[in-house]
Amino acid sequence: MAIERTDLQQLLNRRYSAGFVTDIETDTLPPGLNEDVIHALSARKREPEWMTQWRLEAYRHWLTMTPPAWAKLNIAPIDFQAISYYAAPKQAPKSLAEVDPKLLETYDKLGVPLHERARLAGVAVDAVFDSVSVGTTFRKELAEAGVIFCSMSEAIREHPEIVRQYLGSVVPQRDNFFAALNSAVFSDGSFVFIPKGVRCPMELSTYFRINAGHTGQFERTLIVAEEGASVSYLEGCTAPMRDENQLHAAVVELVALERANIKYSTVQNWYPGDEQGRGGIYNFVTKRGDCRGDDSRISWTQVETGSAITWKYPSCILRGDRSVGEFNSVALTHHRQQADTGTKMIHIGRDTRSKIVSKGISAGRGQNTYRGLVKIEKSAANARNHTQCDSLLIGKKCGAHTFPYMEVKNPSAIVEHEATTSKISDEQLFYCRSRGLDEENAVSMIVDGFCKQVFRELPMEFAVEAKKLLEVSLEGAIG
Amino acid sequence: MLKIDNLHVRVAGREILKGLSLQVNAGEVHAIMGPNGAGKSTLGNVLAGRGGYEVTQGSVAYGGRDLLQLEPEARAAAGVFLAFQYPVEIPGVNNTYFLRAALNAQRKARGEAELDSREFLQLVREKLKGMQLPPELMNRAVNEGFSGGEKKRNEIFQMAVLEPKLAILDETDSGLDIDALKQVAEGVNALRDPKRAFILITHYQRLLDYIVPDFVHVLADGRVVESGGAHLAQELEAHGYAWVRERKPAEAAA
Ligand SMILES: Nc1ncnc2c1ncn2[C@@H]1O[C@H](COP(=O)(O)OP(=O)(O)O)[C@@H](O)[C@H]1O
Ligand SMILES: [Mg+2]
Repeated sequence: MAIERTDLQQLLNRRYSAGFVTDIETDTLPPGLNEDVIHALSARKREPEWMTQWRLEAYRHWLTMTPPAWAKLNIAPIDFQAISYYAAPKQAPKSLAEVDPKLLETYDKLGVPLHERARLAGVAVDAVFDSVSVGTTFRKELAEAGVIFCSMSEAIREHPEIVRQYLGSVVPQRDNFFAALNSAVFSDGSFVFIPKGVRCPMELSTYFRINAGHTGQFERTLIVAEEGASVSYLEGCTAPMRDENQLHAAVVELVALERANIKYSTVQNWYPGDEQGRGGIYNFVTKRGDCRGDDSRISWTQVETGSAITWKYPSCILRGDRSVGEFNSVALTHHRQQADTGTKMIHIGRDTRSKIVSKGISAGRGQNTYRGLVKIEKSAANARNHTQCDSLLIGKKCGAHTFPYMEVKNPSAIVEHEATTSKISDEQLFYCRSRGLDEENAVSMIVDGFCKQVFRELPMEFAVEAKKLLEVSLEGAIG
Repeated sequence: MLKIDNLHVRVAGREILKGLSLQVNAGEVHAIMGPNGAGKSTLGNVLAGRGGYEVTQGSVAYGGRDLLQLEPEARAAAGVFLAFQYPVEIPGVNNTYFLRAALNAQRKARGEAELDSREFLQLVREKLKGMQLPPELMNRAVNEGFSGGEKKRNEIFQMAVLEPKLAILDETDSGLDIDALKQVAEGVNALRDPKRAFILITHYQRLLDYIVPDFVHVLADGRVVESGGAHLAQELEAHGYAWVRERKPAEAAA
């Protein structure tokens, strides 16, 4: 039958197009982790003493912890002493005008132009290269609206009072093994502050790029939307192709005060490794949003196509009454990729609502797990949750798994869960082909249809990008 | 246009078509009738290139080419269209988008210019005029949640847009009420053309009241056991399929 044809198997994967390396002089700390390394890292970033101490506290606690083993992931042990915890381009730029042309070229190639002429219209970009932010566009325009959008390092120096108030308030230093590690060694990331009543005038976006070998990337992102504020934020991620596995352990914290609205979208395309499962990024991420105020809203949308291992559960704490949390996810695993991803919706306030839409696509020998918790606390009268969890299998050697957990402590709550598993059927393929579409087009059309609900949640340009990414990621999947 | 010669086809290890021969010329409408399980859909599927059918003997020439060597999408581009007995749902894929992608894939394969979305919408509007197809169906996902009749009419609409040379309609009439049946027939009649041929697979004579065929063939036990003009359909209706077998006991049993 069509699906078994081997000539298509030879239609090898299109090259991972973000897999190049930028040849640039870097300032890299030698591999290994101890208190001296943390002091050195903190000094390189010219951090205040409180920050250094905060890192050390996290580090000391991390030493007492062990990596989580409950996920459905098969991971070779990670040698944390073999990783370098800091890598930055030698010439530290003071403004975008001073950024090394090689770096600008890198971002051009990745389709994220930073220089004045070619900037993405209506999108402000913070570009993080290895451990540092190399520049943020549209700063002036944003400042006029009262929005702060800068690198985390800069925020620690320039806005310490806000950072101290919110950092670790959603994901505490001791939250979990990887969050503790991140708290100790986080390099850079983005900081966003939208003051009371302000709707951010443009999309904000951070582009994370791992370049150096044998380094880990540990970003830390913090977004605070004050009363009635709103913002839409998007992150994109790529890395060179390498045979080694590289560690990426990020923490993202979102805080929404009364009536605030935060929309956070991710297009994750870290290097996934090759067909045999060599190389690829280990992606361990803790993302959590706190709907702290009444009538606030946080929505996560993610398209996860990259990484050898994905371990992430963007979550919402629905503390404010009538607050709303959403999680929309497309996770694709091809070849030997493994993903264990989902969300946690913690209902605390009255009349809180959450919606979960998870679309898992498995191809090759990919393993895709949805793991989600819906927790209704006693205080959460009339809470509502709807979860829809769909898996699509392409081929016979891949797997899809679903682990929904529910804890309901208030009897007035309504929690609904729907799950489906389907295959791209021979009927669908033949129907498309009998109308003139070739096999690859047919598959990408069917997959695109499967993801439609989630793509709809992405900002327009990124929806197009996400669709293309899926097509490339699935090349050779039918065979 | 189409010449099927002594076609033998196995499905799941069982011989279903046992030496079927049929010639169809441009401009002709052929009706293929026969009892359930006779192999009618098998014939349509083999012509369109569905997987899982093993041709063990015989040949199919289409426009001078060996049709059986072509991938299904190449057959589509060459003008072969199958209206499915059971049209397939494709969740989340917009019906209009699907049809445009299909048309453009065919045009591209033929070396013709692709239509942009404006040109395509214009074409859709034009083709919808005669169709009485609820326009909102065009904004829904392909066949998803369509009623039986809507699915069948959507197939005919696709046919109108794709303008095939050889259209095979597999029981497009079954499950339709009389109004829907008339609409389908009108759709087909509007497309009758000296350059286009139709194979109408049907179980009942009813459809042939509205689309008058040039030839009627009776398919039984994997081969054509009787051929004739439009009147043959009426005789079949009156006497049933058993009548054919009785008239041709030797061939039917062979
Ligand atoms: N995929 C299949 N697997 C097994 N048997 C099949 C398959 N397709 C068709 N058949 C069998 O072939 C015979 C002819 O079927 P079909 O061509 O659908 O007949 P018709 O359309 O004339 O009713 C039937 O006995 C049917 O069960
Ligand atoms: Mg049939």
